Amino acid sequence: MRIKKHPILEFNQKEKIKFTLDGKELEGYKGEPIASALIAAGIKVLSRSIKYKRPRGFFCAIGKCSACLMKVNGVPNIRTCVTKLEEGMKVEIQKGKGDFN
Amino acid sequence: MTDIAIIGGGPAGLSAAIYAASLGAKVTLVDDGLELGGQLIKQTHKFFGSEKQFAGIRGIEIAKKMIQDIKEYDNLEVIANATVTGYYEDEVITIVQGVNGDILKKLKAKRIIVATGASENILPFVNNDLPGVYAAGAVQTLMNLYGVVPGNNILMVGAGNIGLIVSYQLLQAGIKVEAIVEALPRIGGYLVHASKIRRLGVPIYTSHTLKEAYGTDCVEKAVISEINQNFEFIPGTEKELEVDTICLAVGLSPLSDLLWQAGCQMKYVPELCGHVALRDDNMKTTKDKIYIAGDVAGIEEASSAMLEGQIAGLNAAISLGYKCDNYQEQDRKLKEELKELRDNPLSEEIRRGVEKALIKEGWD
Repeated sequence: MRIKKHPILEFNQKEKIKFTLDGKELEGYKGEPIASALIAAGIKVLSRSIKYKRPRGFFCAIGKCSACLMKVNGVPNIRTCVTKLEEGMKVEIQKGKGDFN
Repeated sequence: MTDIAIIGGGPAGLSAAIYAASLGAKVTLVDDGLELGGQLIKQTHKFFGSEKQFAGIRGIEIAKKMIQDIKEYDNLEVIANATVTGYYEDEVITIVQGVNGDILKKLKAKRIIVATGASENILPFVNNDLPGVYAAGAVQTLMNLYGVVPGNNILMVGAGNIGLIVSYQLLQAGIKVEAIVEALPRIGGYLVHASKIRRLGVPIYTSHTLKEAYGTDCVEKAVISEINQNFEFIPGTEKELEVDTICLAVGLSPLSDLLWQAGCQMKYVPELCGHVALRDDNMKTTKDKIYIAGDVAGIEEASSAMLEGQIAGLNAAISLGYKCDNYQEQDRKLKEELKELRDNPLSEEIRRGVEKALIKEGWD
């Protein structure tokens, strides 16, 4: 969900673009972090812990905690909280430590 | 090769960069955020403190001004969205850049100012890794920078200034804050913030903490409990709250990895919230060419970070032989202003901490 009205801030969102999460088409704004577009689309689970497969979500937003590592355009372990969303990006929940296949 | 490499583009790093560049030094500022400005770019509240350090102005406006200012200097280069991953002998740093982290650069500098800031603390409680448990700064990023609703019903943990301010910002964004819990028997932040929130009907439970979170794939419920003076749970005082988001505002720790790696002498100073580098009053560490400024030197606020940045920027540039009209006077003014800023009862701990981390003249 997006904030619609705010007493101080104006969100002049730029261009609306399309991307996919595990093949499913979603919408976000160009240039916002991938993770922010996912949360706005109601997606909370961004990764799974390696050993016990526990769900992991957005946490630190500064690229330090590794809870939002995802596979983006085939490249694993991308910090989606500090990577800008681009048109047509292929985002996937990665398996384990991730691979390039 | 650059004169001064500044690591971190928050209030401290930007201030240091502007000051050093204004004296003619060649400055390279490296920042790992998507946007420059560090935490300033999400601070919608007006600042307290000294007028010269932008009191009464919102953080977002201060950031805008500084980001505009750095554009005026041809001798100031910004490397954005890039992480400094290491320090090597003779002031060489490595920088990782690019969406996939596939560009590796080396940069040699004559001086380094480390202004890396802090990272938020986590709290031990059952299921603290569930999605929906966010650090307070992350919540600010989502809602104030990108206009995204972080959750529908929030439990805030911590009633220090960050917990109170972020709660208020959540309410401003039209999001429900179910309650604020604070482990200490009293509210840590400014009472003006606390009263604003209470007036809006949000209860603040002191001597309470979060015990457990529940949910399958994300937070669905939280259990809070009263605690005694020894911070132990008091059985029978548990309350269940229907929340989908838990926001942790339980303090920050200095991001001092690079300083450890560089071999600066470090000291654990609880008043400054963790391990910090010893420094002299010019903000120079025990390594002759490395300076620090901002939260990495001890958790404080943006106003003091900006002053420390200016002091570090000025003195790093002077040490390289750049000239400043009446340097003594400028230097003294900045240091006095910093002292004034800390000269209030609420900064008592900070003053004690700074004293512990300070290298005095004749020290060895």
